[in-house]
Order: sequence, then structure tokens, then C-alpha cells
Amino acid sequence: MILLYLVLVFWGWMTIYSASYNYEESLSIFNMDLVSGKQFLWICISMVMAVVLLLLDSRWYQDVANVAYVLILLLLMFTIVVAEDVKGSRSWLFIGPFSLQPAEFAKFATSLALARYISKNGFDLKHSRRDYLAFFIILVPVMLIIMQKEMGSALVYFALFLVLFREGLTPWILGAAFSAILIFIVSIRFSENVFWEATSLGTFLALLFIQVLLLSWFSLANRRETMMRRVLLALMLIPLFLACLCNAFFWQFDLAYVLLGSLALSLIYITWASLKKNLKNVFALVASIVMAIAFLYATDFLFEKVLQPHQQMRTKVFLGMIDDPNNAGYNVNQAKISIGSGGFLGKGYLEGTQTKLKYVPEQDTDFIFCTIGEEFGFLGSTLLIVLYVYFMIRLILLAERQRHRFSRVYGYCVVSIFFFHVLINLGMVLGIMPVIGIPLPFFSYGGSSLLGFTILLFIFLRLDADRLRISV
Amino acid sequence: MSKDYSSRSTVIIAMVVVVALAYIVRLAHLQLFSDEYERSADRNAQHVKTIYPERGILYDRNGEVMVYNSVYYDLMVTTREMKNLDTLSFCRHLGINVEDFDKRMKEIRNRRINPGYSSYTPQVFMPQLSMEACAPLQEHLFNYPGFSLQKRSLRSYSRPVAAHALGYVGEVNRRDLENDAYYAVGDYSGRSGIERMYEEKLRGEKGKEFYLRDVHGRIKGRFANGNKDVPPVPGKDLTLSLDADLQAYAESLMQNKRGAVVAIEPSSGEILCYVSAPTYDPSLLVGNGSSEHYRALSDSPYKVFLNRPIQSFYPPGSTFKTLQALVLLQEGIITPQTKYACHQGYSFAGMKLGCHSHESPMALAPSIATSCNAYFAAAYRAMVDDEKYGSSQASMQVWRNHVSSFGYGEKLGVDIAYEQSGFIPDENFYDKLYGKRGWKGATIISNSIGQGEILATPMQIANLCAIIANRGWYYTPHMVKAIEGESLDPRFTTPHRVSVDSVHFQPIVDGMRAAVTESFGTSRGVAVPGIEVCGKTGTAQNAGVDHSIFMCFAPKENPQIALLVFIENGGFGATWAVPMASLLLEQYLKGDIAPNRKWMETRLLNANLMEVEPEQK
Repeated sequence: MILLYLVLVFWGWMTIYSASYNYEESLSIFNMDLVSGKQFLWICISMVMAVVLLLLDSRWYQDVANVAYVLILLLLMFTIVVAEDVKGSRSWLFIGPFSLQPAEFAKFATSLALARYISKNGFDLKHSRRDYLAFFIILVPVMLIIMQKEMGSALVYFALFLVLFREGLTPWILGAAFSAILIFIVSIRFSENVFWEATSLGTFLALLFIQVLLLSWFSLANRRETMMRRVLLALMLIPLFLACLCNAFFWQFDLAYVLLGSLALSLIYITWASLKKNLKNVFALVASIVMAIAFLYATDFLFEKVLQPHQQMRTKVFLGMIDDPNNAGYNVNQAKISIGSGGFLGKGYLEGTQTKLKYVPEQDTDFIFCTIGEEFGFLGSTLLIVLYVYFMIRLILLAERQRHRFSRVYGYCVVSIFFFHVLINLGMVLGIMPVIGIPLPFFSYGGSSLLGFTILLFIFLRLDADRLRISV
Repeated sequence: MSKDYSSRSTVIIAMVVVVALAYIVRLAHLQLFSDEYERSADRNAQHVKTIYPERGILYDRNGEVMVYNSVYYDLMVTTREMKNLDTLSFCRHLGINVEDFDKRMKEIRNRRINPGYSSYTPQVFMPQLSMEACAPLQEHLFNYPGFSLQKRSLRSYSRPVAAHALGYVGEVNRRDLENDAYYAVGDYSGRSGIERMYEEKLRGEKGKEFYLRDVHGRIKGRFANGNKDVPPVPGKDLTLSLDADLQAYAESLMQNKRGAVVAIEPSSGEILCYVSAPTYDPSLLVGNGSSEHYRALSDSPYKVFLNRPIQSFYPPGSTFKTLQALVLLQEGIITPQTKYACHQGYSFAGMKLGCHSHESPMALAPSIATSCNAYFAAAYRAMVDDEKYGSSQASMQVWRNHVSSFGYGEKLGVDIAYEQSGFIPDENFYDKLYGKRGWKGATIISNSIGQGEILATPMQIANLCAIIANRGWYYTPHMVKAIEGESLDPRFTTPHRVSVDSVHFQPIVDGMRAAVTESFGTSRGVAVPGIEVCGKTGTAQNAGVDHSIFMCFAPKENPQIALLVFIENGGFGATWAVPMASLLLEQYLKGDIAPNRKWMETRLLNANLMEVEPEQK
């Protein structure tokens, strides 16, 4: 594990050197004028930190978990107040020559606190409402980081819900979140009006999706009610079919109202039938569907009012609604070009033209993967992805072999955070995720993030080393 | 005890693997199955600099350089790359003022004036600066991003002669850009003459140098260490068949006259001399001011740009009698001994085709020598109306086929751009004009003496002379004798046989010789001491003063030159055209003019026929 860590960090360091390399003057990789020189310093600091962490008693981490959490929350608040504005965010603290991003360190602190909370006796999300307090452990730093205007880092904490899922959180919540994102995207993406009334194609599709959701959920929950399923299917298809006929031959009206109508009828029918037959789970179903419809009609409002204009822009570019290779889409477009031009074997180390000639912005930080894609090609990029996958699966297996719930939960926190970073960062660079500025672990230049990831990982390695100890 | 959810770890592992697979598929899509990104990357990072090859050099037949290249610089601007321009100091380096600068920039950006405009590609800001003119700018060029100097070579001429033959080089137009992918906006290509006909030989192949360009448009070095660079291939040198001395001498004799002089080496079809008068200094159409010069020349009332040897056409007059005689002999209408009476002309159907007074009747050779109209009118009429053909239409068709085999009525295919074909009427033409039964020999009698509907270019007449000199065959006249490292187009090295047998040429040659030697001959003035010259005068009837035509070849046996002199409004041939031909023959065959003939030269040099015949109608 430590070897894997060293490989990733070293490769990252090489890549940072390549990304900052200049054709005209080839400076040494250690040159402090280059980011690679500075990164070397951070690597040294991280190594020292790793050794220190491995030397500490594993029980100590459990003890300080809450203290660290509270301290880091205070630090985050402190940062909001004193931090200077750097590129629109107030997340940097300057201590002498160093600049630190406390949000990076909040990750391990939050993970420790979450692990500590979940590992208390009798934690069970299914039976104890009080245990939903775990949500707050996650959401408080999120709030603070949003206040620093660091959307990307704040989103990372939602990865910790994966941990809760492992510890018994019902998958319906993840499903609901996924559905919400889908509804949001569909209704924004297809906002042009194709029918004769004010309702957009997106809304129409989203309503259809909700119908499908309703049917499948009901079918899953009540496998024996074949008759009811048929009635529901009829309730949805017949009005739509009639309405289409009507639209085609007689007069034209908004099909969305038909879908809404059949949804309403279905819900009434389900409620009525369940009261008669005493079916289970129906309340949650009806409530969810109503919420989904409400959410659908709220998306426009959310999009227009809650998101910042530049975020609206990015969203639209990402969804392919507007083509804008010069502004919002520039980064992603250039990233795709540089990766795409790498071919199978790549152009060779330090030979990439796109990254060397600075066509890709932020190429030493968030877009560092471009350099790998261009210089090492498909082979190198795939190798890196495989390394990450191996790294994460190994972490999951390590977490699973823990005897203590604290260690296991903390292990999953580490996995979730790494997974989210890799998922979003690579997805963004490959142009299949929206542009959210978070670093690629061990690769992106940045002392805080390297140190943060190192601490996160090595605390777990220390815990793992002590997994056989009996007492907690 | 809470439920064990450890099976969910499998779900999480599955998520990780699925995401990883999706990303690898995406990577494969970007990197393996689409070269669109590679091309975009090249567009991003490669700056291609075009290296222009040296255009081929033109030599005359004796190896004297006629056209070569000198180096100039085009100042180019890529408007998108212009940044923080200090207009004032920029203009100071160039020696222009700010208003000029603004005006020029506006012109560049105006797509109506500059249809190939793009803000990404270099546009010509100021063309053709000499090395001295751009030296002060060159040192400071790095201060002006977006501006660059493009080395160009421009045509230079060692003597101001042969403008119409050589043609000129100019910027390509939109049609060239569409038709030939080789050209880019602002390139130069041959616009006329040899420069146009041999453009693909002369231009060579452009070279390319690939540079790396960063996101700010700065050049950061060679792409792939210059391994992808393509060196330019210089254009091929051409050796022209022109004799520069003869050419210069002919042009000087033609000064202040309008007309054409064409000389052909009969044994090779090579054009020795090619004058279109009035002419101009070809260097006027090169470099700065060329467009003003161009406008001035094309506005001239004397039609300077009319390439008279191949583009003007007139009735060939009496020179055509030689061809008539050959056709009549071949068809057996006459023999060399056939005589026709001439009573100061030929009377037919109550009309009379006049002739001057001379001995009568006469055989063929003396009739050519004295240019008897009656002889050819009677013989031509006899042919058209001869019953062996069955109809006027049929005999006309036979006649026309013979005439066409001499290259009349169609383009000869010379290697100078924009040749015209002249005109030889056929039976359909007269059917349309007079009705199917409405014409016979008498109706079209003017054709017999080269008037009427017959039209020929000076080149065609010169070629006729070469055919007679060769006794029945010719090479397509051409101006390029040799191409560096290549053989000539086979159409210039394949002899054409005319449809008249060689035996029939002797009386014609004798007649043309008699025209020079006999007292009744029309061409006595062409005689050059010690050289057997054969000649035939002609007069193209004109609304004003007639055009004079004279064709001749020398020596009679193994002819070395066939010459045509055509002078617009020159009147009777003997006045100007014949003595001029005499001087040119002497110059070419002897190398200079005998002192006792200098008076002829002076007389011709001083003659001004420019203003004769101001539109008489």
C-alpha cells in the first residue's frame, strides 16, 4: 500500500514537472521556480508526516477524533473571516511562505468524527432516528466550505454518504438523489418547447420518467399485486394514447397535463387500494412521487435563481446546449484535444505539445491528467486508472478486514473521498462530468491536498496495522 | 446487534469498477477511435511557415538570361495575433503615417476588397518591400506581434523586351484559389504569356516549415525538430526559342507603330521573334505601382494588352494566294503551266475584281510574284463551280479541309496563353448567309485573294510561311525550346503534314522568289545581298488606311527563318513592311546591318504610324 502510494506520488511529481516544463529553458525538476520543485518540498513534508502518523498510537486517533473535528470547524470559520479573496474563493490561509487550504484537512477530521460517531454502540440507521445526527457531522463542514465559496471541495463530503450506505443507510436515499439529478438534467437539457403549449420536452420526459419510476417501485414493493399493476399501466398508457390521437386529429393541447392527470389518478388509486388491502410502503412511495413532481417544477427556479450565472453557463455547456469552445467550454475542449492527440502510446514524456505550450489551463492542478493522456497515451492513462482502481479496491478490502467498526468506517471514508475525487476529476477532464474544480489525488500540484490525502491515508494504514488489537 | 451490511462492499467495488471501465471506454474513444483531436492539436500547436521556391529562370535561345528573380519582402499581418501595437513607432519604421495604417487595416478586414480575409492567417499588409525598405522594421519586428516578413522573389528583366511573349506574374485571384489547391491567398502565379502557360513548371513546389506555437501565439521552436519540414523545390528553368537580339531589334523597328512581327525557325517550329506593338517594359508590371501601371496600359487607346500575333485577326490578303495556289494544284484545277488572262482585273457577273496592270496571260509562278488577282479569282471560281464535286457545298468542304490542314480557322496550339483561332468559312456558313442554292463560285470570289470572310492571325500567316519553307509540313510554333530536366510537350515535337503534296510547293517557292528578284515582283525591297529571300506581300483591306502584311523566308534552300511583318495601317507592303523584313532577315542571318543599309534602318526607326487612320467610317 505504501509502495502504491509512493508510485502514485512519484509519477504525479514527474507529471507536474512535465506540465510546468518549458521548451526554451529546461530547468531541473528540483528548481524551486517550477511547481515541481515546490511539490518536491511538499512531498518531503508529507513523507515526514506519514512517518509521524505511523508512529502514533492508533487509539490516540479515536480519542482525538472529536477534538480534531471541532478544531477544524473553528479553523474553517476562522478562514472565512480572515482569508483573502483568491480567484473568488476565501479558502486560503497564508502562514509565512506557505499557503494552506484548511478544507483539505477537514476531510480527515470529518472522517475521524464520523467513524467515531458510527462506531458507538448500537448505531443503527434503520431503527434509531437519532442516529441521523451522522448527517450533520457531514453537513456542517459542507456549509462552512460553501461559505468559503469552494463548491468543489464541499461536494466531496457528499461522498461520505457512501460510507453511511455501507453502514446501513437505505439505498432509496441514493436512488432518490440519483433520480433528482436525472430529473434536473433532463428538464434543463431539453428546455425548448416542442409541443403546442408551454411545457418543454424536458418536463414531458421527466414526467414520463416519474411514471416509470412509480410503476417499477410499486412492482418491486408489491410483487403479488398483478392486477393492480395492470390497472396502473392502463391508467398511464390509455390517457396518453388517447391524448396523442386527439392531438393528431382534433385539437391540440399540452400533453404534460395528461401525464400529470394520469399520475394523479394512479396515486389516488394506489392510496385507495392500499387502504383496502393494507399494503405496506405505500406512504413513502406516494410522498416520493409527489416530491419528485414538485422538484421537477422547481428545477427551473433552482437553475435560474440558485445557481450563479457562471455555474448556469458551465451546466449548459456541459449538457451540450450551447457550444462555446472559447469561454466556459474552453478548458474541457482543450483537455479533450490534448488527451485525444495522445493516441495509443502517447507522444512521450516531456514531448506533449498541447500541455507544453500551455493550451490547457490549470494543467498542473485540476487538469493534470491531460499531461498523462497526451504524453503516455491510452496505455499510460489506462494504467493510471487501473492503479487507482487497484488502490481503492485494496482499501475496501483492508477496511472490510477491520475488527473495529471505527477503523472500518474510517477506511470507507478514505475510499469514498478518493473515489469521489478520481470520479469527478477524471470525468471532468474527459468531458463527461461538469467542471468542478477538485484535485486528482497525488497528481495535482498543491501542498495542502497532497498533505491532506497523505494524512487521510496514513491514519488508516496506522489503524490497519493495529487491527488485531482487542481493546477499543 | 445491528444487521451485517458487509455484502454492500461488493456493491461499492462494483461501482468503482464500472466507473473505471466507463472512463477507459471514454479514453479509447478520445485517443484511439477519433483523429479529430489530433488534428485539433496540430491546428493548435503547429504554425506552418510557407517557404516559397525560386521561380524558374527564362533564358533566350543563346543562353542569355531574360527573366530572373530578385528578393523582396511582403509585410504580413495576422490580425488576431496583433497585441498592444505601438502604431506610431510601427509606422515610423515603415515610413508611413497613421492614416495610411488605419486605411490599410480597414482594407485588409474588408472582405469585399480582400475576399480571402481570415483573422487567423497572415494577410499582406504591404507588398514587395525592398531589403533596404524593411531593414529598420526587421530589427524591431519582435515588438509587433502579428506582423511578420515573408520573403518573396519578384521577376526582374535583363532587357525591357518581349513583354507579350513572357507575360507577367501577379497575385492569384479567387478563381485560381478555387481551381488549384496549391495556391493560398496572396500567392503569385503567371497571369499571361509564357509565365501562365508554363506556370506549373516555373512555380516549383512550396516548402513548409513547422513551428511550435504556444497558446499566446508565440513561436517556441521547431515542431518535431524540423523532421516534418518540407524543403521547397525550385521552379524549372526554361530556355526560350526567342533570340533576344532579334527580338530587341524588331521591337525597336516597331516603335511608334502598331502591329506584329513573328519569326519562326521552319525546321523546328521555334519562335525566334515575337513582337506585339505597341509594347511595354515588362518590369512595369512588377512590384509597387504595378497595378497603376497596369491600369494605365489597359486604358491606352492603342490596345497595348492585345497580344497581336495570336489575338488579332484580319483578312490575310494576298499572302493567302500562296495557300490558294497549293489547294488548286492539289485538286488538279490548275497546273504550274495554267495561264489565266488579266485585263487589269477579273470581270464576272457584271462586276470586276480589280488588278494592277501587268503582262497577260501569266503562268502560276509569275502570277504569285506579281500577285495577280484575276488569276486566283478565275481558278478559285473554277474549283468551287467544278462539277466533279457535285455542288458548291461539296467543293467548299474539300477546299476548307485543305486550308484547315495549314492551321487556319483553328487555334494552332502555340504555348502562349489566350490564342485566337481566326476564321475560315465553310459551306454551312454560306448556306445560312445566302440560302442553300443561293451561292456559287462568283458569290464568294473575294476568298480567292484572301479577302471576304477569311480571317487569320499573324501567327497563322507566319506558320504558313514556315510550311512553304518546309515544302509541306510544320511543327506547332512554340516559344519554349527546352525545360530543365524535362522533355518538351510531344505536341511541339510531332511534325504535322499538310494535305497538299510536297511536289506542289516548288512553283509557289519559285513565285515567292520571283517576287523578290523579278522586275514585276511585289517584294523587291526585301532583297538582302547574298541571301536568297522568298517573299509575298499582302494587304488587309481596312476601312481606313490598309494594313500591310509581308511574309518571307530565307534562304530559299534550307530555310532558317520564316518571318511575318504585320503593320496596322501600313498601307502598301513595300513602304514599311518589306524593308523592315529585309532588315530583320539581315540582322538574324548576318548578325548586323551593312553600313550601306543603315539609311533603311533610320527611316524605319523614325517612322510614326501610330496616328494614321483615326477611325474613318
